[in-house]
Amino acid sequence: MQKSKLGLDFKKVEYARGLAKGIAQDVQTFVEQYTTVAVERTLCRLMGIDGIDDNEVPLPNVVVDALKDKGVLGEGALFFIANAMLQTGLKPQAIAEKVAAGELDITRVVTTDPQQIAHVLQPVIDESMERIRARRARREHYLDTIGEGPKPYLYIIVATGNIYEDVVQAQAGARQGADIIAVIRTTGQSLLDYVPYGATTEGFGGTFATQENFRIMRKALDEVGEEQGRYIRLCNYCSGLCMPEIAIMGAFEGLDVMLNDALYGILFRDINMQRTLIDQYMSRIINGFAGVIINTGEDNYLTTADAVEAAHTVLASDLINEQLALMAGLPEEQMGLGHAFEMDPMLENGFLLELAQAQMTREIFPKATLKYMPPTKFMTGNIFRGHIQDALFNIIGIWTHQGIQLLGMPTEAIHTPFMSDRYLSIENAKYIFNNLKSIGEEMEFAEGGICRNRVKEVLENTIKLLEDITKEGLFTALEKGIFGDVKRPKNGGKGLAGVTMKGANYYNPFVELMKGKR
Amino acid sequence: MSEGLYSMEAKDFDKTLDLTKIKPYGDTMNDGKVQLSFTLPVPCGAEAVEAAKQMLRKMGLENPSVVFYKELTPGFTFFNCYGSCSHTVDYTSIYVPKVESNTMDMYATDEYIREHIGRPIVIVGASTGTDAHTVGIDAIMNMKGYAGHYGLERYEMIEAYNLGSQVPNEEFIAKGVELHADALLVSQTVTQKDVHIKNMTEFIELMEAEGLRDKMICCCGGARVTHELAKELGFDAGFGMNTYADDVASFVVQEMVKRGMK
Repeated sequence: MQKSKLGLDFKKVEYARGLAKGIAQDVQTFVEQYTTVAVERTLCRLMGIDGIDDNEVPLPNVVVDALKDKGVLGEGALFFIANAMLQTGLKPQAIAEKVAAGELDITRVVTTDPQQIAHVLQPVIDESMERIRARRARREHYLDTIGEGPKPYLYIIVATGNIYEDVVQAQAGARQGADIIAVIRTTGQSLLDYVPYGATTEGFGGTFATQENFRIMRKALDEVGEEQGRYIRLCNYCSGLCMPEIAIMGAFEGLDVMLNDALYGILFRDINMQRTLIDQYMSRIINGFAGVIINTGEDNYLTTADAVEAAHTVLASDLINEQLALMAGLPEEQMGLGHAFEMDPMLENGFLLELAQAQMTREIFPKATLKYMPPTKFMTGNIFRGHIQDALFNIIGIWTHQGIQLLGMPTEAIHTPFMSDRYLSIENAKYIFNNLKSIGEEMEFAEGGICRNRVKEVLENTIKLLEDITKEGLFTALEKGIFGDVKRPKNGGKGLAGVTMKGANYYNPFVELMKGKR
Repeated sequence: MSEGLYSMEAKDFDKTLDLTKIKPYGDTMNDGKVQLSFTLPVPCGAEAVEAAKQMLRKMGLENPSVVFYKELTPGFTFFNCYGSCSHTVDYTSIYVPKVESNTMDMYATDEYIREHIGRPIVIVGASTGTDAHTVGIDAIMNMKGYAGHYGLERYEMIEAYNLGSQVPNEEFIAKGVELHADALLVSQTVTQKDVHIKNMTEFIELMEAEGLRDKMICCCGGARVTHELAKELGFDAGFGMNTYADDVASFVVQEMVKRGMK
């Protein structure tokens, strides 16, 4: 048994984990019966379908909408693409182009024989699988040759709206010491039910996630990584209505980290819970297979709920997210489970409560690449105090061995970071990480002290909460506002119309291929 | 820096405070001291430092001094600087439009509503347009409130509806009508490329087009929102930094009474 520095009772932790597993299993049973427009568009992309029609509608949307309009989406895109391939002898891309031109009715069925369908799709499936494997191998090769920065990885954001300007900012950040560059998405992209196409130079508060933008940034980071002798990871957002599509684009283009959390979308983007949990399953399967580290969004609960009172909701959600990820075949090392430093800075001994929470999270998820979020809620525009708040956050990051340190900016709550803001934040983190490198090994937590008592309380509250969720199920719990004080109805929110029950001919071999053959 | 702790600069300027000609204050009246930092798109070196100093002079800063500089990435140099501002401002002639209401606490506001309006009032709020941030509207509306100020949901005499984020203006207004709102609160956090201005302008235009503008009190809020901006855009009031639910609620109820809304 693992030894806890905080006197955590691991039997209780295992009990909590068991409860979370039950809750996740319940969700999983539901998820497996359904597909969505986003999942089917993802399968189109796995068939090599890409590009846009004359009205700039992405071809995966054209194909899937054609199926949806005829009410046959439940049979799945692969079934109809296979049929069209048998019928026309064309490749999926040419088929999609013909559908877009109105020259082909894709819903015509020539066979329902599963073997025949599997056979005609096999070469295309192999090609896509190989494409993702090659991308993964490329990352692994870089890690084996030029290597990477030590953990916690320094994570910074760029958000200019223009991918070419983002490149300048990202390369500057990498030279200053950043290990992960996240390209913030433009406001509102999470609610688009398609992925825009091509390189983009206009966005609000961020840059469109497109496959071409991914490619441009990957190339820029490879360049600067080689120059710096350190692999630079690229992060984007597998969230919103196009979760699995973004996942597959990222897998094709060598993204390394993806925000990927249905609960976040439900609570903070009002996306329908059924839709996004189904989407999440497929996206996590892809992320797992592609070697992508996912980040979950529990930290956000503390921006609406109080960090002291709601600490247990973060742990409960992390435990559920861990189980949902395991069911999608995503290994623990790729789990960037989220938590945050969000207590009121005026709180007496607040630092100790934050430290206890971070150490507890580390011990409960020993293999995970934990994602630690900086203060945001209590950043006031006083950049000088903000810089100190970020320093305290960095102390906890190195002390408790966090995986990804999402660097706070002194100018949080004022503007998207300037080049100099990133420099100051990276300098802050590097100074502290070096100066306090081994503090975690040197310090112990006092018996009966504030930290030990705190984690005991948080764990007990987590268990109570998980017991409650077990009784009523995750969907009902979300309807009651259990996380982040936000209530969402099961049939409310955006995207429910894109959910369909799987039909008799439904075929998606990627689930097993990706979960099994890693 | 290397000059040591003591400033040896001669202080041969008038050190009496004159409110018609105020200057920044460092440690001596009228010393004009300003600290600032910025980045120039040039490589690090003596020329970069000189460029920074010239920039300071053009900003009206005398005795410009670059105390720290560092190349952030090739071709971009960051500076920390000081200088003495040569400009002055007449403080006595300043007029800033403010929300003209007395801020009452929650209990006083509830009492005020009972006494002067006699029914619970309805306030509907949302982060509208493409804005995905709920921090602002949550701080004003959530039960718990923010920084010790209870949110509108906790008020006994206020029925508060927080519609969350990314609510299109049309939908927001329709919901306001459906709920018989007395006041609508628009929250805007993202201000890049003035997207908040466009969105708030659209909101007011829609309200006017629907003939609803006079029927509901319209307020906006956000870290970059000022009352002046709000008035300019056609709102009744704007709530920026350091304003809380109390300020919003107090304004709404007093404005309702002023307009005779019952």
